[in-house]
Amino acid sequence: MDIKTIAPATKAPRLRPLSPNIQIYRPQLTSVLSIANRITGILLSVGAVGLVIWLSAAVAGPGPYAIVQQAIGSWIGRIVMLGFTLAFFLHMCGGIRHLVWDTVHGFELQSIYISGWSVVAASVVLTVAAWAAGLYLGGWL
Amino acid sequence: MNRQSFRSPLARAIGLGAAKRGSQHWMAERVTAIALVPLTLWFVASIIAHAGSGYTAFVSWLRTPFVAGGMILLLIALFHHTALGLQVVIEDYVHSGARFAAVIAIQLGCYGLAVVGIIATLRIAFGG
Repeated sequence: MDIKTIAPATKAPRLRPLSPNIQIYRPQLTSVLSIANRITGILLSVGAVGLVIWLSAAVAGPGPYAIVQQAIGSWIGRIVMLGFTLAFFLHMCGGIRHLVWDTVHGFELQSIYISGWSVVAASVVLTVAAWAAGLYLGGWL
Repeated sequence: MNRQSFRSPLARAIGLGAAKRGSQHWMAERVTAIALVPLTLWFVASIIAHAGSGYTAFVSWLRTPFVAGGMILLLIALFHHTALGLQVVIEDYVHSGARFAAVIAIQLGCYGLAVVGIIATLRIAFGG
């Protein structure tokens, strides 16, 4: 049989079954940390803009610098900075985990869970330690 | 492999990735990440050490060559890494014609902000 007789020239696109979408899966440590690395990266991009604003305010003089410092020192500012601190340590620890994976190490399921929980634990510990040290040196503790 | 090409898939793939520079993007993301580990930790530690101190203390800290140099290196690595990372995010989620414009906007924005930060650092470092 000639192939042209089987395949018609014009054919309506057949509806293909869709693979299950992301929300059907139970969140796992692996998937949660994967998307967390991306979300914290996007958040830290905003933080990088904040760094430039802070440096620019310092150039502008003591007045503008005081306004920025006041915003950071407010309760909302402190909560935002706490969020940035946790996002930073999560992204850094997650990034180090990725760099280890780049050396083709730690791909066994058990290793992935050990490194994953280590990232979570290290991020929380480093965030608490950074804030404890900051509050102590700043004279608030 | 189609009938027109007698070359193996590997032969066609070698050196002919998307725009021939996919691996450079990947490598630059890693190199900037490695640079950012000590730079950001130094920055965070410095901020903690300066908690509660005022404008003059901050400016005199930023005026030392080591600190100004570190800050400039941080800004370069940070915004290079940000540009590379946000580009991947855009490429993953934006499928319309806006993708190209978005990637260009991210890159121009990141390098622009890096320059603003570097100029600010230099102005403090060399300011009167």
